[in-house]
Amino acid sequence: MQIKKNKLGLLKDHDVTDEKLYLNRRQFVSKAALLATGIALPSVASAVPVIEAPEPKYTDLLTSPFSATEELTKYQSIVSYNNFYEFGVGKQDPAKNTTQFPDKSEPWRVVIDGECDSPGEYDLDDLMKPLSLEERIYRLRCVEGWSMVIPWVGFSLADLLKQAKPNSKAKYVEFNTLYNPQQMPGQQSTVLQWPYVEGLRIDEAMNPLSFIATGLYGNDLLGQNGAPLRLVVPWKYGFKSIKSITQVRFVEKQPKSSWMIATPSEYGFYSNVNPDVSHPRWSQSRERRIGEFLKRKTELFNGYKEQVSHLYTGMDLKKHF
Amino acid sequence: MRYQIFKIGLSIVSLLPAIALTLGAINDELGANPIEVLTRDTGEWALRFLLITLAVSPLRLSVGWHFLAAVRRMLGLYSFFYAVIHMLLYLWLDQFFDLSDIIEDVIERPFITVGFISFLALIPLALTSNDGMIKRLGTQRWNKLHRLVYYIAIGGVVHFYMLVKKDITEPLVYIALLAVLLGIRLYRYSRRTWISV
Repeated sequence: MQIKKNKLGLLKDHDVTDEKLYLNRRQFVSKAALLATGIALPSVASAVPVIEAPEPKYTDLLTSPFSATEELTKYQSIVSYNNFYEFGVGKQDPAKNTTQFPDKSEPWRVVIDGECDSPGEYDLDDLMKPLSLEERIYRLRCVEGWSMVIPWVGFSLADLLKQAKPNSKAKYVEFNTLYNPQQMPGQQSTVLQWPYVEGLRIDEAMNPLSFIATGLYGNDLLGQNGAPLRLVVPWKYGFKSIKSITQVRFVEKQPKSSWMIATPSEYGFYSNVNPDVSHPRWSQSRERRIGEFLKRKTELFNGYKEQVSHLYTGMDLKKHF
Repeated sequence: MRYQIFKIGLSIVSLLPAIALTLGAINDELGANPIEVLTRDTGEWALRFLLITLAVSPLRLSVGWHFLAAVRRMLGLYSFFYAVIHMLLYLWLDQFFDLSDIIEDVIERPFITVGFISFLALIPLALTSNDGMIKRLGTQRWNKLHRLVYYIAIGGVVHFYMLVKKDITEPLVYIALLAVLLGIRLYRYSRRTWISV
């Protein structure tokens, strides 16, 4: 190649280097910079695309006296920040991995059995036929220290349970999530014991606050929120509110939940929201409401003391955590 | 001159995570809980830069990359830089600078205790990471003081391991990397081929 000198007789980089190489090097540098930024930006680069709240499907929902009057958490936050280990342990994994879930080609079946007079296996549609949908705006407090306010759509858990006519041996209710490692890739890992199991004492389950959600924000639930039906017990930490339920069973003995099995020293059966009972590793006295800047104080039973404190009279809540 | 350019370039690269996080926060691209992302990511970058700093000497001894010597202190200071942001986010957004709450948290939560002590131990190292202080302390005393970094690194990865709710994969990666970096030193030390470089 021809070498030209500039006025001062100095060579520039691109004079002494073959142009092709020079350009390649520039490309390499910009690629390396891009790569470095990519490594630096994992949380940004992998952000879940904005999911717009669809037009409300249910417009004649019953309202509830239990509904909170606080500002609702944004729809986008509710559908993109989830703990649903069946679809991965990252907060955004469930939103990314539930695009095909639940599988709409076959009806969702729910088994209700155990200590009851009318056990049965139902298609979700049949199960819901006698029930009227209502909206319940509840606070949700996660054991990790964050919270949301969610306008659920669904029905009272008691209305569902009464249909099965539980007998006198039904002291507890056990719930199971679907077990299907093909549809739920997270179940291929052993981070928890599958299927996910949760439980309530029968009087907790029959409390008017206990709710089965089939939707939120006036629409059906998305997979990441536990479609097609999930439990909502607003005075307990979020992990008690089991998602994508396939089995409800009345039992005599206290069921062992997945988290109790995983870490018995940290997660008990009751898991009531309580600012005075710390998680063994972190404080529960405050929470970050999603969308807010500073943390706020956590309230006993997540602010539902009036409705549920009678369930625990005489119990040492530090012992029965 | 070449070292200067290398240093400036590396400096810019080292700031990229902070820039990315700042832009992400401004543009609301950090997801539903941006403060959690900021706290977690600055903590992880502090740990990453600490491990990179600890990789300098093994790389010099084994691959002969002596040019890295010029940037070792700078890499350590970037670890401190991210640790300071991490700490400030905790003190401000988690605790509102409430001294009694902070003291209670540090005493009662082992993972906070470990993280807090590791951070405090980083301060003398950061303050002495300049030519003047090396001269004032003398190389031997300076080296002795800076051996603290091994304990700080152990504290850092333990802090991470202890705070994770259930999935310990990520902290285990850091523990494994640190084990390799410290293992090289122990191995060479036992064969008397380790020199403080």
